[in-house]
Amino acid sequence: MIHLLVSVKQVPDTTNIRIDPETGSMIRKGVPAILNPYDAHAVASAAEWKRKLGGKITVITMGPPAAEEALQECIEMGADRGILISDRAFAGSDTLATSYVLAEAIRKIHEEDPIDMIFFGKQAIDGDTAQVGPGAAIRLGMPLITYAVDIQEINKEEGFALIERKTESGREIIKTTLPAVLTTEKSIAEIPYAALPDLIYSLKYKPENWSAEEPLMYDINQIGLNGSPTMVAKSGSPEAHEPAETISVEEEGIAGVVENTLNKMLSNISVASLWEELK
Amino acid sequence: MTRRFWVFIEQNKGQMHPVASELLGVANCLVSEIADELEKTGEEAVVEGILVGHQVEDLAQEAIQFGAERVYTVDDPAFEHYLNRPYTDALIYLIEKYKPEVFLIGATTLGRDLAGAVATSVKTGLTADCTKLEMGPFRKIEKKLLLATRPAFGGNVIATIVCKDHLPQMATVRPRVFESPPRDLKAKGKVIQEDFKVTPEMLAANLVEFITDENAGVNLEYATVIVSGGKGLGNPDGFKLIKELADELGGVVGSSRAAVDGGWIDYAHQVGQTGKHVRPKLYIAAGISGAIQHKVGMQDSDYILAINSDPKAPIFEVATLGVVGDLYEVIPEMIQQLRARKGAQV
Repeated sequence: MIHLLVSVKQVPDTTNIRIDPETGSMIRKGVPAILNPYDAHAVASAAEWKRKLGGKITVITMGPPAAEEALQECIEMGADRGILISDRAFAGSDTLATSYVLAEAIRKIHEEDPIDMIFFGKQAIDGDTAQVGPGAAIRLGMPLITYAVDIQEINKEEGFALIERKTESGREIIKTTLPAVLTTEKSIAEIPYAALPDLIYSLKYKPENWSAEEPLMYDINQIGLNGSPTMVAKSGSPEAHEPAETISVEEEGIAGVVENTLNKMLSNISVASLWEELK
Repeated sequence: MTRRFWVFIEQNKGQMHPVASELLGVANCLVSEIADELEKTGEEAVVEGILVGHQVEDLAQEAIQFGAERVYTVDDPAFEHYLNRPYTDALIYLIEKYKPEVFLIGATTLGRDLAGAVATSVKTGLTADCTKLEMGPFRKIEKKLLLATRPAFGGNVIATIVCKDHLPQMATVRPRVFESPPRDLKAKGKVIQEDFKVTPEMLAANLVEFITDENAGVNLEYATVIVSGGKGLGNPDGFKLIKELADELGGVVGSSRAAVDGGWIDYAHQVGQTGKHVRPKLYIAAGISGAIQHKVGMQDSDYILAINSDPKAPIFEVATLGVVGDLYEVIPEMIQQLRARKGAQV
């Protein structure tokens, strides 16, 4: 029996964000909140290993009360226990403060019910920082394996796991002691259709609520704005660009458009030198 | 007091990653931006390289030639291959010893793995994937701070982040966001060997095997010509046509996130905020609508040709030239005419 923990985040669906053409600012209203896609694959992987080895999955998230929906989705995918860590005192937490909040929660869960492996999606699509998983691993003093693409083996008896991770030049097989912290790529597991028993369980299940004081007393100097060394000095929309010169196949015909295109493109100073070499 | 501006000199098997020289260039710019403060206080500021590896003395000289005044090296057989824990511990050791003001690390797979762990250990702020870095005033704080600008929410928002009470101010920058400074082969600098020992407990997670990746040869970031395809291809087979055009131009194949998410092509080809940042001489975007997260990664290209059947596609906003038409008509015709032009020259 193994105990796996997945830390997830509810995020705005950044692929659906629209920009107000008048003000140039992001329209948050109506943007659906989703379970961070990388985290969904992490939960799917945990569920696969639970099926293989038997055991249970705990899912935690830090966020506003609405983030409970993300936990509910994880329960549908096969998680057994969901914990929402939510408190106004956490508002404004940057990655350092967030890793503190999550690591302390994981530590407490681990003390009561030892965990074998901890999963984080490789990054959240709203911030794309990829910093919280590594931060939590360091705080917990556990080995960290980022960009995991496959779990080849979890051997609880001998206390090790074999993890495949992706780097720029290839793939590494890492042997790690347990418990370990993984940050995972989408290829770690396919997201399956929910199994009926999991669905039924999820309907009745209500995630637990943890605050900044109960059951853990967080150090207020390490959470929220107080605990966040970074702050946003300013923010705005990306620079707008002038639309390009365009030519249309419909208007000028294919042969003419392509000839025109190549004339312009190949005479550009940057491209011309390349073209000289190619010829 | 010496104000230290650090750059992590990433290396793999004795090869310096180009992002290290790019960051040395940035660090020198940062130092020049505080020249007025240095004049007032009489302090000095230096750009220093941090080199962790095994038998990598030659790289220290290379770092000096790209703009490091001093290089600190940590050498141990255990550093032959990157592992999070010993590298993290080595950097913590150096940070505590020298207390740098700024620490820049490449936002590569290795750099992101390392930077998050280091920043948490020394309890400081870290800004990921910066697209602009400068030293500038913030509120009433006496010294200029590192103003780290980065896209967020898939590129829809550009935010400038500061870390005002903690040192070092850390940032990661993706390869090719900045250009490398020229190499000065006559540059002289100091190399300082640090005494740091790797202990067995740092190797709780260890490498057992390394498999070279067939897609590792893509090297999008440093390509001079990239031809990218997106959802407009309609199906994964469309990349064959993209490849044909890329071959004709001596380029490599890129893609949008949508095509990668659809499973049409490997992630190694993805250009954009969550893929690779590129700045080729020629970038051709075919069937890519131009989501902001894609544009963030390719708008630094010298010449951008966009081919899209939708005249309102946002990709045309960053293009140098736009062709409104069906890519399955335009690209074969381009390949044919390119061949004809090459033939005519022989």
